[in-house]
Order: sequence, then C-alpha cells, then structure tokens
Amino acid sequence: MIPSTFDYAAPQTLEDVLFLLKSGGANGKLLSGGQSLIPVLKLRLAAPERLIDLGRIPGLRRINAETDPISIGAMATHASIEDSEALRAVCPLLPQVAGCIGDRQVRNRGTIGGSLANADPAADWPAAVLALDAELVAAGFGDAVKSIPARKFFQGMMKTALAPGSLLVEIRIRRPASGGAAYQKVRQSASGFAIAGVAAILEYGPDRVGKQVGIGITGVAQYPYPATAVEKALVGKRLDEKTIAAASQLAGESIDDPISDIHASGNYRLHLARVHCARALRRAAGLNPSP
Amino acid sequence: MSEREPYVGRRIKRTEDPRLIQGLGRYVDDLRFADLHHVSILRSPHAHAKVTSLDASKARSASGVLAVVTVDDLDRANVGDVPCGAVLSGMKKPTHRPLARRKVRFAGEPLAAVVAPSLAAARDAIDLIAVEYDPLSAVIDPEAALKPGAPLVHEELETNRAFDWSVSSGDIEAAFKSAARVASQRIVHQRLIPCSIEPRGVVAQYFPGDRQLTLYTSTQIPHLVRTMLAGVIGLPENHVRVVAPEVGGGFGSKLNFYAEEILLAFLAMQLAPRPLKWIETRPENFAATIHGRGQVGTIEAAVNRDGRILGVRYRSIQDLGAYPQLLGPAIPTLTGLMAAGCYKMDSILVEVTGVYTNQMSTDAYRGAGRPEATYQIERLMDIIADEMHIDPADLRRRNMPHPEEFPFKTATGLTYDSGNYRKALDRALEIAGIEKLREEQRTLRDQGRLIGIGISSYAEICALGPSAAVPAGGWESATVRVEPTGKVTILTGASPHGQGEETTFAQLAADFFGISLEDILVKHGDTAEVQYGIGTFGSRNMAVGGTALLRAMERVRDKAKPLAAHLLGAASPDAVTFSGGTFSAGDQSISFAEVANAAHRAASIPDGFEPGLSATASFEPKNFTFPFGTHVCVVEVDRETGDVTFLRYVAVDDCGKAINPLLVDGQIHGGIAQSIGQALYEEAIYDEAGQLVTGELMDYAIPKAHQCPHFETERTETPTDVNPLGVKGVGEAGTIGATPAIVNAVIDALEPFGVTHIDMPLKPEKIWRLMQKEGR
Repeated sequence: MIPSTFDYAAPQTLEDVLFLLKSGGANGKLLSGGQSLIPVLKLRLAAPERLIDLGRIPGLRRINAETDPISIGAMATHASIEDSEALRAVCPLLPQVAGCIGDRQVRNRGTIGGSLANADPAADWPAAVLALDAELVAAGFGDAVKSIPARKFFQGMMKTALAPGSLLVEIRIRRPASGGAAYQKVRQSASGFAIAGVAAILEYGPDRVGKQVGIGITGVAQYPYPATAVEKALVGKRLDEKTIAAASQLAGESIDDPISDIHASGNYRLHLARVHCARALRRAAGLNPSP
Repeated sequence: MSEREPYVGRRIKRTEDPRLIQGLGRYVDDLRFADLHHVSILRSPHAHAKVTSLDASKARSASGVLAVVTVDDLDRANVGDVPCGAVLSGMKKPTHRPLARRKVRFAGEPLAAVVAPSLAAARDAIDLIAVEYDPLSAVIDPEAALKPGAPLVHEELETNRAFDWSVSSGDIEAAFKSAARVASQRIVHQRLIPCSIEPRGVVAQYFPGDRQLTLYTSTQIPHLVRTMLAGVIGLPENHVRVVAPEVGGGFGSKLNFYAEEILLAFLAMQLAPRPLKWIETRPENFAATIHGRGQVGTIEAAVNRDGRILGVRYRSIQDLGAYPQLLGPAIPTLTGLMAAGCYKMDSILVEVTGVYTNQMSTDAYRGAGRPEATYQIERLMDIIADEMHIDPADLRRRNMPHPEEFPFKTATGLTYDSGNYRKALDRALEIAGIEKLREEQRTLRDQGRLIGIGISSYAEICALGPSAAVPAGGWESATVRVEPTGKVTILTGASPHGQGEETTFAQLAADFFGISLEDILVKHGDTAEVQYGIGTFGSRNMAVGGTALLRAMERVRDKAKPLAAHLLGAASPDAVTFSGGTFSAGDQSISFAEVANAAHRAASIPDGFEPGLSATASFEPKNFTFPFGTHVCVVEVDRETGDVTFLRYVAVDDCGKAINPLLVDGQIHGGIAQSIGQALYEEAIYDEAGQLVTGELMDYAIPKAHQCPHFETERTETPTDVNPLGVKGVGEAGTIGATPAIVNAVIDALEPFGVTHIDMPLKPEKIWRLMQKEGR
C-alpha cells in the first residue's frame, strides 16, 4: 500500500498555505487529519503532486465554547470535540456526533474541518452543522474571510461551496436555547459510515411548543441535506409523539435520487431517514430517553 | 514433595500473550535482513480476459528495478505448478501456473512480479508494465456455470464441471416414499473472506554455495510447504528450510500453498543471495487469498409421523473459484460426510458437484465444510418442527442417538466416538431458562415486540485425522528435549497460528515431569529445528499433536528410569516410580533435574544407557473425534428497521477433556464471533463482471467486539478413547454450532410474519422487506 510520489509541504502560517494553494493550482491537496485522504492515496485512487499539511498552522485547533457563537477551529479533532466538557454544557449535540465517528483512533486524528471540506455523503459532521445552522468560515489568498451558511455549503457528492484556492478555517455555531438535541445513526456494518444519520435540535420552552427546529440528514441522499419540511411541520407545534411521527414522514421529502449500494437500497435509506428522524426528535424532545 | 495442583484443567493465561501484546512478537514482516529487496506483484484487473500482450521493458529499465518476471521466466526455469492436494476421483483439473499465461481467470490473478531495493520502487514499476487484455464474459454464479453455453474458465477442460462426488447409504427412495412429511429448503452458504489480522507474507533467501533456500512464510503448515516447494522449485527437500515465525491468524487460509511462495523462492534463487520480501496488502488478501464456503444446495428430509428422520437428501454445488487450491475440492466432501449432523437416520444421499468460476479459489475456512453441514440440517430441523408443530428442542432430542449407542455409526459411514447429545442440549436449555424465555417471548410478542429463540445442536469432525483420510497424512510429531539443567524443550510439528500451544503443551509437560510451566519452552514452525510434522488444521493440535507429545514424554521417562534406578541403587527400573518430578525407589528419591544432569554428564550410567535425554514420537490416530454441543441464541428484531439485537447467547460445548478451559472459552468466543459475521454481516460479493465489490474492510464487515453479545459458555465433558488425553478439539466448534442458532433465532422472531427462511447474511434491509411483504 504505497502511494504515488508526491511533494510534501508543511507551512507555518495560514498565509503560506493560501499562497501554496494558489501557486500550485489543482495539483495541491490539503492534508488535515488524513483519515480519508491517506487511504485514498495508498490505494492510488488519487495522486496529487503536493500535500500541504495544515498541522503546523497556529490556532486552527482551538475550541471556544464561551462565546456566542461557539467557535471551533477547522483542525479540531473529533476526539477533542467529543471530550470537551465545555461543549457538552452548551451544545451537547457536537460531542455526541463526534463520538459516533469511526473509532477512537480515527477520532484522534480526523478533524471537523477536514470532514466537512471532504463532504463525504455519509459523513457525520454535515448532519450536525446542518441541524445547527452553522456558519462555515473560509479563507482565501488575498481575500477577506468569508462565511458560508452550512445550508449552502454542500452542493453535491463530495462537492462544496468552497472556492478553489480557499480553505475552511472555522465553524461558528449559535448557542442553542433551551430544548434538546440528538443524533441517530445507522452504521454501515463494515466502514461505520452512516447509512442514515439524523441530527436533530429542538428549542422549546416549558409549553413544549417548538420554537426553533433544525434537522440534518446524512448518508441518504447524494449529499447531506436539511429536512426543511420536517422542521416547518414542527415549528409552533406542541412536540408530542403524534406530531413528531407525522412530521418525520417528511424526512425524505424532495430526495428523488437516494444513495443505493450493496449496503442499502435507496428506498431503505429513505425509510431509515424517516424512522430515525422520529427517534432523534423523540430523544431531543425528551419523550424517549433510550437511544 | 507436596502435591501441587495440576496445570491441566486450569484456566491459565496464554504465556504467548505478553510478548504479542507488547509488540515483541516477530511476524514475517518484523524479521530484519541486510540488503533486503522487495517484491510487488502485478495482478489482473479483469475476472476473465485474454492477455494479448505484456510489455515489461519500461519496468525493467526503471531505476533500481532488479528483475521483472513473467510466466515465460518460470517456464524456462521449469518451475512447477501451484499444486492441488485433493484431486478427487474423476476430477477435471486445470493447470495452475503461479503466474497467468495468455489468459487471466479471476480479478487479482498474478501476472508478473517486480523486484526492487524499495517497496515504493517495486510498486511504481508495476504501473510501468503494459498489458493488453481482450476481456471475456465472466462466469460468477456457480449454477449458471453449469449451463450450456456458459463461458468456460478453462477451455481445455471443455466444461466448468470439475467433479461429481457422492456418499449414500440405505434406501433413500423408500424413505421418501414412506415419509409422513417431506421438508425441503434451498440453502446458500455465501462466500466468506477469512480476513486474518496478519495477512500473508513471505521472505525468501538462497545461498548458491551450499544450495540452501530459506522461506519465511506465514503458514499453518511449514513442513508441507517445504515438501511442496522443493518439488515445484526443483531443489532437494533437505536443501529447503521453511520457517513459520509468529503467525497472526489464518482460519484455514494459511492451510495452503500459494503462487507467491513459489514466486519468492524462484526470484530468490535468481537474485541470490539477496533476501526478498513480499507482504500481502489487504486488497491482495481479499482478492488473492482463499475464500471460504461458497456452496449452494437443497436439503430435504423424509420424516415419519413422530418427527423421526428417515432419510436426508442433499444436492449441492461447490463454487471452487478459478483454480482448485490445496484442499478446495475436499471441503464439500466434509459437508457430505457430516450431512447427518448429530442425528440418527437410516438412509442418506449427498451429491456434490464442484464448479469452476471466475473468482478467487475457495478452500478451508474455519469449520471447512462442517458449518455448511450443520447450518443446513439445523435450519431444516426448525422448518420440520414448525411444519409439524413439534417443539424444536424436542424434535432434536427425538432424533439424537443415546449415549449408550456410542461408538455410533452414522448414515454416511463415520463412527462418532463418544457423546451425550441430550445432556448438552438440556443443559443449554436449562441455562437459557427456556420455559421462562418462551413465556417472555409470548408476552412481548403481544406487545408487538419481535423476540426470537434459536437452537442449534451439532456434532462435528475434529482431530484430523487418520492418515488414510487426510491428504499428506494426519499424524503428528513431537520431540521432548530435556536439557542438562532439567529444563524441557518441546518441538512440535503442529505449527500453531494463534492456538496457544506454547501454553497448553507446556501444561501437559509441566504436569508430566512435575516441573513448573516456566521451565518449559515450546518451539514450532522452523523445519530446520523441528522434526517433520503436518501442521495446524481441523482442530487437531491437542488431540493429535498433544498425544504425540505425551508419547515422547513417556519415552523420556522410560529412558530415565533405568538411570534413576542406577543412581538410586534400586534393583531394577521396575522398582522406580516417577511422580511429582521425583524418581523414587523405597525411601530413596532423586529429582528429575538431577537425573537430567546425570544423563548428560554420563559419568555414572548403567550399562546400555545412551547419554542424553530426549525422545521423538509421533501419533497416528485411529479415528477422528466428534465434539458436539448445543447453542441457544435469543434476539430481538426491530420491527421498524429489521435490525437484529442479541439478548442472550448460551453455548454448551463438549470438546472432551479441556486442558485449559480459558483457551477453550476463547476458541468458542472467537468461533461464535465468526458465526455472527456469517449470519449477519459477511458476504464476498463479486459483480457480474467478476469484480470483487467487497474488496476492502470498508465494504466487507467482520464482526467487531461491540457487535458481539456476552457469551454464556459452559461445557459438558465426555472423553474420547481415540486418544489417551481424552481430548477432542475445539478450534472450530464455535463457528460450526453458532451460525444456525443465530439464524434460527431471527427466523423465530419473524414467526408473526410467516417467514420460514432467509438467506445469510441477515441484513436488516432483507428482514425489513420481508416484514413489509408479509406483514400482519
């Protein structure tokens, strides 16, 4: 398992990264945690001329849960998010999703920014940032940083709104108000990637009426999507079993070309999206505490 | 001397493990050599294609490349074929060159090999070899391969049909005519990928001066590899040394002799004295190391009014893959011989057809033919029980032979050595609390929850075996070398690949000689060090290899006795007793270590005593052994998604005498885990073009720890008289007993939907679809 020959650069500053990206054009590839890229290189499914290692850029791993919005550096590892007590206190969905990724070895190296920029249609983070309506902050050579709403970020299978030559540096998340959140994941039994993953965040008061609802679904469609029809059906409604059950039926609405492979057909994926949307919502609403 | 608690029978942790856990084990890839060169192999991307041209000139001139070889080089040097050691009578056997000639027959078949000073250079050079292919239609489905007009894997054989094999007894037609009921089920034993954690790996080195070839290879059978390699490569056998260092699992996939072993040996001789290394990548391991199972058939049973089986008929097709590997054709014959399971019947007919397809070869994979036999009869027992409204445990009980009927002659002509099948069944049901379970199942079912209880009773064939019935022999050897200090070195021919023999053999020896475990070293795997032996497969090591060890120890004792008598001043060796590490005569005694020292010092020895103290022995078993047991599995099926969750898993196994119950449990746990893999997750999928779609661990799911339930294991202990240790073997029992228990449990859970069978693996989507279709 030997990759093709490539150059390796380990710049010390963000400016240097952006310069290398610009000067190298399409032949440079950013290396973050490497959990997807390195296997692809070893299998020789890709042969970039140069890897630009982001590991030495200061500050990109920082997690700041004290601010609103919460700020997570793109190079924060899944494990650091999973282990963050501060995040658990203000946005428990993030540590929960982090803990569902791969195994601990993968989580120790893999990063949130790497996963989002890679935009694997079955990755976990997209479901979370869609549900949380996050802002994804990108930097480009000579440009001001640019904030891209998560809901405009995913544009196709492994395709994002990141402009060529730019990179993701930070994820900003508005602190959720009182309510609940949950991530339901059906794992592909070999890889552990999502066959269906539903992240749900509910904001509601003592009257249990949904104020703000966010649902992100991964693993089902060609790229992760927000279940807007479900969200609409719950805002302003009392979050009870019946309402949730009815709304969850809309979890696959507008998805007409679901992923279909040896692990699960498209129809089954859509079915799982509906079932697990309901389960995630019930957990988020505190109706069914068991996962 | 105070009586010490024997080591045998105790749950002793493996003495191998500290070094393995600390990363101090030495596998093939860990061995260090000066001037090491690396081999990379060009493999066919096509399942079936003519090779119209192969141009290696660019690769040959690439920087650092020492050699590129193709089949022409092998032909010129008269290198032999990859051998098959199980050519059944009347079998059509193709030529199997280590590198493909003019045509490739499975995706992953080797075409050329490159040698370079670095693995990177060797790998890069592979991409410089220009091959032109003329793709042919591939034949993947073994049933389709038999149809007229199917593409021929080997044109020269004029058919894909390799052999027809059968076993029968009694009047099967009469049994089916007189049956009150006939039950039948088509059964698919899907292809599995063995997936040992350490893949294969080979280092070869040749010294032309004394014509000595050494092959380090991750194998279960170093001595057999040596014999075969010598023949194929054209060296005298005593000029070939094969070393199996630490072997990180095999599950049968390393009970074989592969093209790469031949290639490395050939290249090492060409490029002597450079040592050459090839370590299999995981994709190569998936594509080009043998697969398991791959049998499809229909099993039918004729049953009388009371549920007694009158006869069983099984017709099946074994997918051999593109070439018959070492034992591939023999595997379905084990299915045939064990087709009666643990039940009495007067007649049987098994007919197996072996078929070539454009896929990797199938061969022995943990259980090797017996999981198939057990799975199909145990599925059928549940179908019969369901159709005849008989309790599944009761149906099994009615058909089991009684303990007093042993040795029990089966319908297929085997003689089951010993057994108490009902006892294991009843104990498993008792541990599970079957009556309470059934009650809970009814209650929960009323609440809409789908709980299933599955039972599987099995008998399997172990301790392979009498030499007449095993290709290359079924005996085993051991040498006991007592060192001058009284330390004992054991050399076993049964080269293990994770079985823990260094612990269990030492337990036997420590008890026998009355010394401590630490005083014993068990060595294996190096043909230059260890006397000829057969190897590890068929759950044979303790039963056959352990008995050889016992024989060798007895010889050592018998040799030491006259010396002890001499040293003690006893009248005759008969007056000397040996117990607890001490030789005694009257009130005089001398320790084992003192006798060992005296045997080597030889300053005072009786007439006729040859200095030194060692002995070699071998053991030829007169029969196989037949372990048995019953597994009970309880599952819940998620009504909304089809997901299967384990609630309970109870296994009562009988492997005869247990030398180390901790290791017995370990074998059972591992075996059940692999059964969970086959039952729920694993399936080697080739697409129509012959591409292995599950070619990586990203797409082929082996069970992980969190997917396994807590195993409640217990044993009954029915000794065998096939060997003096009374042991039967346990390496494969879990894999054989568990698969049907799991599947039967899931089918039982789906009873409200009228589901009677689902082909493995029981993926949630399959279950969900059935619940949609047959929902009520």
